[in-house]
Amino acid sequence: MLKVDKVEVAYGNIKAIKGISLEVNKGEIVTLIGSNGAGKSTTLRAISGLLKLKSGSISFEGDRIDGKEGHEIVAKGICQSPEGRRIFPRMSVSENLDLGAFLRNDKEGIAADRERVLELFPRLAERINQKAGTMSGGEQQMLAVGRALMGNPSLLLLDEPSMGLAPVLVDMIFETITKINEQGTTILLVEQNALAALNVADRAYVLESGNIKLSGNAKDLISDPEVTKAYLGG
Amino acid sequence: MAIITRKKASKKPRAPFSQRTWSIGFFSLAVLIYIFYTYILPHTPDGFQSQIQTWFPPSALNEALVWVIAALGLNIVVGYAGLLDLGFVAFWAIGGYTAGWFMSGFFNQWNFHFGSESAKVIPGIHLSFWLVLVIGALICAFFGIVIGAPTLRLKSDYLAIVTLGFGEIIPQIFVNGENIHGFNLSNGTKGISPVDSIGIFGKRLGPFDLNYKYMIFVAMAAFMVFISLRLRSGRLGRAWLAIREDELAASMMGVPLMKTKLAAYAVGAISGGLAGVAYATHVNGIFAERFQFSISIILLAMVVLGGMGNVWGVMVGALLIAWVNSTGLPAFGNEINSTFNTNINFPSYTFLIFGALLILMMLFRREGILPESRLKLLMHENDDESGNEQPHDEISEEEDL
Repeated sequence: MLKVDKVEVAYGNIKAIKGISLEVNKGEIVTLIGSNGAGKSTTLRAISGLLKLKSGSISFEGDRIDGKEGHEIVAKGICQSPEGRRIFPRMSVSENLDLGAFLRNDKEGIAADRERVLELFPRLAERINQKAGTMSGGEQQMLAVGRALMGNPSLLLLDEPSMGLAPVLVDMIFETITKINEQGTTILLVEQNALAALNVADRAYVLESGNIKLSGNAKDLISDPEVTKAYLGG
Repeated sequence: MAIITRKKASKKPRAPFSQRTWSIGFFSLAVLIYIFYTYILPHTPDGFQSQIQTWFPPSALNEALVWVIAALGLNIVVGYAGLLDLGFVAFWAIGGYTAGWFMSGFFNQWNFHFGSESAKVIPGIHLSFWLVLVIGALICAFFGIVIGAPTLRLKSDYLAIVTLGFGEIIPQIFVNGENIHGFNLSNGTKGISPVDSIGIFGKRLGPFDLNYKYMIFVAMAAFMVFISLRLRSGRLGRAWLAIREDELAASMMGVPLMKTKLAAYAVGAISGGLAGVAYATHVNGIFAERFQFSISIILLAMVVLGGMGNVWGVMVGALLIAWVNSTGLPAFGNEINSTFNTNINFPSYTFLIFGALLILMMLFRREGILPESRLKLLMHENDDESGNEQPHDEISEEEDL
């Protein structure tokens, strides 16, 4: 479905990712783990068209998408819940969700997705008219994921959904991620919380200073001694 | 605890007037003013008449309406889309010269009349005022896009500086446009005058038909209000709002950044063009030295002072500042001079007083006279909980005119 091929991205002279190749197949949850500065978010930003590639290519369902504008990539069905949530703080929850469906015209489909999002996150339904910026961090994260889902993506990119959340909420978010996947959305998940991510993912890539160090089945990687030592505090 | 609860409750915005209430209010007020000047004023005592002529002359009202038209356009760029534009005078100038080219005897090497009430024997291009409005709007929209396309990729401060440059370049072209390879584009500092009078229902409006012009300008302002409100509640308005809130997030939602920003720029430019044409007919001429940087700044002040993003606030701000500039301050100065037997040249202090007013406003009411609810939230989100809030009552008392 998504194929990232030998992609390099540089900020000025500093290469943030140095030739990354990865693949996401339909129906999977794939996670990208690694420490701070490993290039995880950069990879996501390259996929969603926010950064220009230095070399390499990205294709989605057979079409090249590198070099396209951000909104064209959203139109192709790749929606993102960005790092740091980036909800529209002075708009209501409802308006935020509406903006998530900005490119869509099918009223019924939008209404159905809205219902689905509010079912996944009942808390959002309670706060539907509240200004998003006045909600707690966890609620804002739910909104960020819900807003991305409103675009009816075939591939959902999640950037650090557990960042800064209480442990209870982290569990809840990951449960929801599984649920979204079971409803038919393919997910590419970037996480620092490696254990939680490996637990829900099918496959995983381990990034280290801009390179893919390891990849494979998520269940295998959990017990991999190298991963355990570096990321799981073993 | 009880105190905190009460403070929080008082922070809640009061139920806002609906847009419909405001629209009805605007029209009623416009009609009332018209009736007052046309039918009531001539029958009042002379002393009262001269007082009105001193403090609220109809020509000042018309000029204020021109400012309203332009300020409403700038509000779309700055208030809706959050793009700081410091060169709005350029569109005002282009609109003005469009009127100069197409409804005067300036191009006397040609003789073309269409829909104009001016005498057919007068050479020059004489088009109907209404047609010139459309042409002016189109030319400005074109220039808005031409200027916007390369510059709108820039972020806030940089964009402001480029627009500032644009606002300087265009008037300079007109000042020096007397001889462009032998072609006289703008008649240089001499300007283009007179401009054809407005024709309406087969009647030509003379320079003293201020009441008719008033109606036309009110209709144009109403048109801009209508456009602003419609765009605001539509898809484009939501996209502008999203960009203003968070450009990156907006792009992630699929908002096409370039196209959306260009649209804001073009719509703003259109209103600048309309204001330019209207202003040319108001002062019966186009004079290059009038298109100064200060126009851009005053317009911006109108938008900010009135309440960015709220058309009614911007309208009140524009009327108020235009009136203070053109009439209020000189009249007030004369009053003081004659009462205290002094000889202070108040209009020369316009910008001093104006600047002081702006500073006070930014200190005590950053969100403007009639703020947009969302912006008010932005301006006060860093206020501490202990209630350092400014009192928000008595808004209505500040809206004279």
